[in-house]
Amino acid sequence: MRFSAWQVLKEGLTGNKGWTPHWRSPEPKAEYDIIIIGGGGHGLSTAYHLAAKYGGKRIAVLEKGYIGGGNVGRNTTIVRANYFLKGNSEFYSHSLKLWERMEKDLNYNAMHSQRGILNLFHSDGQRDAAARRGNMMINQGDDAILLDRQGVREIVPYLDYDNIRFPVYGALYHKRGGTARHDAVAWGYARGADQRGVDIIQNCEVTGIDIENGVVKGVQTSKGPIKAKKVGMVVAGRSSQVAAMAGMQVPIESTVLQAFVTEGLKPVLDNVVTFGMGHFYISQSDKGGLVFGGDIDMYASYAQRGNLPTTEHVVEAAMTLMPMIGKAKMLRSWGGIMDMSPDGSPVIDKTHVEGLYLNCGWNYGGFKAVPASGDCFAHLMAKDEPHPVAAKFRLDRFRTGQNILDEEGSGSQHNLH
Amino acid sequence: MRIKCPLCGERDRREFYYQGAAIALNRPAPDAGDEAWNDYIHNRENPAGRTKDLWHHEAGCSAWLVVERNTVTHEIYGVELAEDVKRGSKNAD
Amino acid sequence: MRINGKGLIDRSTPISFSFDGKKVQGFQGDTVASAALAEGRKIFGRSFKYHRPRGVMTTGSEEPNALVTLHSGAAQDPNMRATTQEIFEGLQVRGQNAWPSVDRDLMGVNDLLAPFFGAGFYYKTFMWPGALWEKLWEPMIRRAAGLGALSGEHDTSRNEKAYAFCDLLVIGAGPAGLMAALTAARAGADVILADEDARLGGRLLLEDEEIEGKPGHVWAADVTAELMGMDNVRVMTRTTVTGAFDQGTYGALERVAQHVAAPSNDTPRECFWRIVAKRAILAAGALERSVAFANNDRPGIMMAGAVRGYLNRWGVAAGQKVAVFGNNDNAWRTARDLKSAGVDVVAMIDSRKDATGEGDFPIITGGMVSDTRGRSGLREITVQSASGDQKFEVDCLGVSGGWNPSVHMMCHMNGRPAWDEATQSFLPVDNMVPGLKAVGSAAGKFSTQAVLEDAHAEAISALLDLGLTSADTVIPTAEDGAHNIEGLWEVPHISKGYKRAWLDFQNDVSTKDVRQAAKENFASVEHMKRYTTQGMAPDQGKNSNVNALAILADATGRDIPTTGTTTFRPPYVPVSLAALGAGARGKGFAPERFVTSHQATVDRNAPMIEAGLWYRPSYYPRPGEKTWRDSCDREVNMVRNAVGVTDVSTLGKIDIQGPDAGKFLDFVYINMFSTLKVGRVRYGLMLREDGHVMDDGTTARMGENHYVMTTTTAAAGQVMKHLEFVHQVHCTDMDVRMISTTEQWAQFAVAGPKSRELLNSILDEKIDNESWPFMACGEVSLSGVNGRLFRISFSGEHAYEIAVPSRYGDALFRDLVSRAETLGGGVYGMEALNVLRIEKGFITHAEIHGRVTAFDIGMGRMVSAKKDCIGKTASQRPGLNLDEREQLVGLKPLDGAQQLSSGAHLFTKGDALTADNSQGYVTSVGYSTSLECFLGMGFLVNGRARIGEQIQFIDRLRDIITTVEVVEPVVFDPEGGRARG
Repeated sequence: MRFSAWQVLKEGLTGNKGWTPHWRSPEPKAEYDIIIIGGGGHGLSTAYHLAAKYGGKRIAVLEKGYIGGGNVGRNTTIVRANYFLKGNSEFYSHSLKLWERMEKDLNYNAMHSQRGILNLFHSDGQRDAAARRGNMMINQGDDAILLDRQGVREIVPYLDYDNIRFPVYGALYHKRGGTARHDAVAWGYARGADQRGVDIIQNCEVTGIDIENGVVKGVQTSKGPIKAKKVGMVVAGRSSQVAAMAGMQVPIESTVLQAFVTEGLKPVLDNVVTFGMGHFYISQSDKGGLVFGGDIDMYASYAQRGNLPTTEHVVEAAMTLMPMIGKAKMLRSWGGIMDMSPDGSPVIDKTHVEGLYLNCGWNYGGFKAVPASGDCFAHLMAKDEPHPVAAKFRLDRFRTGQNILDEEGSGSQHNLH
Repeated sequence: MRIKCPLCGERDRREFYYQGAAIALNRPAPDAGDEAWNDYIHNRENPAGRTKDLWHHEAGCSAWLVVERNTVTHEIYGVELAEDVKRGSKNAD
Repeated sequence: MRINGKGLIDRSTPISFSFDGKKVQGFQGDTVASAALAEGRKIFGRSFKYHRPRGVMTTGSEEPNALVTLHSGAAQDPNMRATTQEIFEGLQVRGQNAWPSVDRDLMGVNDLLAPFFGAGFYYKTFMWPGALWEKLWEPMIRRAAGLGALSGEHDTSRNEKAYAFCDLLVIGAGPAGLMAALTAARAGADVILADEDARLGGRLLLEDEEIEGKPGHVWAADVTAELMGMDNVRVMTRTTVTGAFDQGTYGALERVAQHVAAPSNDTPRECFWRIVAKRAILAAGALERSVAFANNDRPGIMMAGAVRGYLNRWGVAAGQKVAVFGNNDNAWRTARDLKSAGVDVVAMIDSRKDATGEGDFPIITGGMVSDTRGRSGLREITVQSASGDQKFEVDCLGVSGGWNPSVHMMCHMNGRPAWDEATQSFLPVDNMVPGLKAVGSAAGKFSTQAVLEDAHAEAISALLDLGLTSADTVIPTAEDGAHNIEGLWEVPHISKGYKRAWLDFQNDVSTKDVRQAAKENFASVEHMKRYTTQGMAPDQGKNSNVNALAILADATGRDIPTTGTTTFRPPYVPVSLAALGAGARGKGFAPERFVTSHQATVDRNAPMIEAGLWYRPSYYPRPGEKTWRDSCDREVNMVRNAVGVTDVSTLGKIDIQGPDAGKFLDFVYINMFSTLKVGRVRYGLMLREDGHVMDDGTTARMGENHYVMTTTTAAAGQVMKHLEFVHQVHCTDMDVRMISTTEQWAQFAVAGPKSRELLNSILDEKIDNESWPFMACGEVSLSGVNGRLFRISFSGEHAYEIAVPSRYGDALFRDLVSRAETLGGGVYGMEALNVLRIEKGFITHAEIHGRVTAFDIGMGRMVSAKKDCIGKTASQRPGLNLDEREQLVGLKPLDGAQQLSSGAHLFTKGDALTADNSQGYVTSVGYSTSLECFLGMGFLVNGRARIGEQIQFIDRLRDIITTVEVVEPVVFDPEGGRARG
């Protein structure tokens, strides 16, 4: 079924009786060409791109719970292309371009909204770093504007410009940045993949990876063994466990990142704003909730929940930066499991096992990468060579020290990125 | 989250700095080879369950601690001074 | 309507407030909801999506409908629950999410379009043309959505945060909480008893029943009085425990002054507590749930328990002709209480065919309410039963679909409650939250007697855990009725036309939406929730999740346990950000660190800039100087030609002592320090274990076993942690200790050709080039004060740093500056310091930004071959030593007048300006008065081999496009003669 205003109108007039499943729930077949482990945003996007762009056939996505149940449904929904290192810059630039055509490609309204992002800076040093970043964005063909304090004030007048602990010097303004409705991204790719023949199999946990003589043969699952010529691991939050099934130890430490939402409020905050002196970023959803987040809880965790020190610190940043939100009330907090890598950048690569591929290490920036990660992982799996914009996401960069992509400059302590 | 520092007693998590897995205790020899060093610096077992990691009582006694805890439930099983753990492992050698 | 003789309000104290500008008269003890209901108000709010009129449904914080805005201006407080807000004289209440008012809301037109606004409609449309989404559709949706509004003004309220510790935290002070707290308190346990309400008693205040032969609320008052009199008990009223966290930490929100017209200045509005409890008891009671039938959302349709609650606690009859509809024995209480208060009970409708209740009112068993009428207030219900459809004129309907134990807090650590057929509810299971035990109706005990017994038993069990023995506490006798219930989720839809049976009243989710979601394969309970927004509104599904789950189970042919539940997450009730972030507003966000010269600097009108937590002077303006550059240029010249003074106390200072101190430093730095002579200083570079530069600085050997390390301002904390780590983990056997003395020493740079002259005017013993050559250090005396003197230079000039205990800092600084001025010099700030170091090619964290290696900054050869050190092995990885790495260079514009800018990118001449072609970037720039041009430092691919090359300098952000020559980083006095002179 094609979605459109006309369809909504027609169904509305006929009792909404004609709607059909957005994706099927097939039983797994005995064998596939390609199995994607993980029905999150990246896995579903990979399956979609394999089927839609690289001519993949006989593809299955195996999800241990329900699709979109991991980080794609637990984030603060920010979409941007504002990296400054070669390797990251071209990748996120590509991803943003895919975001801009996603809804048309998928016939699914993911409510991608280019509301603009202001990354505030609070010192001369931060301004210099922002300028380097902004120049890279422009050189990459993306957009960036360096705003001074007055320029920021014209766009977000509600910040505290008079008495704030770390005054606002200016901002790097990325107009094409914005937000999207996170769940819809997973569902849209699921529907798009399903329409192109991909079997999406929920409640199917992979319990083992079958490898013979260094070649992947299939997987063991809670629904029985399934053969496959190629297997892709796209399981942020469980990367270490799934990779261990193939005898691999990956450069990942898992931590919890909390996110928060307030009760619904009338429109008050139009852009995405990030604070530069402490992790804090905020936007307002279309439902009216202020959606915000900050730093990870810092310790290794798979709990999908955090503790008060981080929660309070994030809100403290909010109160120093924009005291007008004091009467907003936090409604819900939740946590995702972050695949923290040693340099804060991801891995999209082959493994030592033939036919087994790895996609992991998105730290807490995976949401905006969903389209390009899927495209690039699909490219790698289909052609056995990296997509040009993801060529630097190699696993061996840590061993060799070549092309380490450490945007934060915090070094190989996983939780510092 | 609260951690029982062997020197100071039970304190709020706010007093502690977290570094990462306690693999950092086992520094390879300089000539151990790039795989050993890659494992030491980058690769992690990263278990979903019982683990040992390193915390620093930064706002307290400055001790580095090895905390044995559960990454799924956040239960803490025990806390030792990193110094003691190192001495113990040396004695055991 | 008020009922004489009923209620726990103080009728001798009338209080008036306004609701949408209309005066409402209530009494002490009223909430906004009880007072307005008493005056006959029906509509309290409008629903989120369809703007349907909605009335009060409950008596508690779970209220889905009666959300209002309080106050105006900066104090404006949206989305407050009318059901819990206590009234005070002059309180302003306004309806929200409506225009012009909740009584007459033109947005109600949305409801007519409801067939097109079903579950997930927005995912299927608004896609064409693409540009219209941000410009038209999305703004429309955003305007229609949201509930209350923020004022847009800075919040100015005072709020507080606090810690509390106890043996036993009792959450909720209904019969269970009171019994548990009393049992534990009498045994001597340190108890905190927290309850949302202003008055303890919970459901006992809302029911007409007896404990120990006295009214329940009297028993509650007696227990309260006893607890309040005990030193080991802290009773926290108006305090909602909001979340359970690790190791017995609980969050709690105390509404300290939200019920007061004019709180005193030292009273916070709210206080956010972190309560650390060895054990905790959850006595949060249970919440009544509705039943889905057509038009079950009309104002006047309330929970049955709320109808009698308003009667018993506030003396308010929510209607004059009331019907009650339920599927359980408990609902009958409402009919009986109303009847005995003289209210007309039109019908008691029980869906159970075998219901056996009695009462002096019409009874319909095996009957169900199937539809209602009354746009702005309930007027009529239709009841279907074996005898056909009957219509009743009513203005209030009490509904009870059963009770859901308040297990929310038990689920905050991902625990899942278990479905219980007997009570038709989810009950907590063991060990959901370590140390927390649910008791009473939160654990599925539904008679008061059972609640008291359970609470008593669990309190004793907690006491045992705490190592305390229980005193003799007798369990009082109380009501002990059976809890008979037959599951009823949805009344079969028989009437014709487009009718909806609501589940989530706030988000306007109906049974149709859930069924449609199931049809579209959003069959997982999490998918259904996210697709329909069921349970995502301010009540977080407290009133509706179980019902929606049951409908989904039915729609997908599963039972309730198989269908599963969504997760309850903190906070239990919404918490204002002003409370959670209390103290951070304005300057409170982070500590402020001041150097000892701060006041002297402020006195000289120097603009202060933030450097981490420190404040440092940007420059020191003098009369006649128009721009910062005027001052900066003068200060640079002053240092180059006479003498300058600046405060460098923010640099980290670490005192390192012990026989193995030298050996330890050898392991921390890439270069040798054990060989450093006593009385000498050496520059050192330290790496992270991953082979990249961590920090640099100078370390002085003050004695055989005594070193003083200097770190950069930015990395002081990181380096201190690192040293402790290396010592405690890698160098356990080394006899060495270290401590940060950054705060203890005030340290000033004295730089310039006349620096020694200046120092000799204040040192007790004069120095010369023999006694204090370049890189010498030692102790000195200034007017009898012991200080330290280091002959080091960050400016390239003949320079020193002099340190004295901090208490002498202010005096020494003022003295140094005035002496410098008499020598033609003076004080200089960060801008000049920056220019001086750029001229010399000295690096800061602008250059050692975490991605560079010793190789990159030209210090690769400093790595000693004689020893191992932190980061050495990793720094030898091939990728860290490639020629094509970006290497530190100096940059000089071809055009002397050309301004340079940090953050520009570098391109090979002739190359297109694409990201791929970028050859490097600029880290620092400054105007060199000595060379009379801008200078830059930056990183360039294979830079050291490209000295002399002309390259493109491109800053498109600021439109600075020029050509620069690549030069050595050291531009001024490359031989270093000035520093040694």
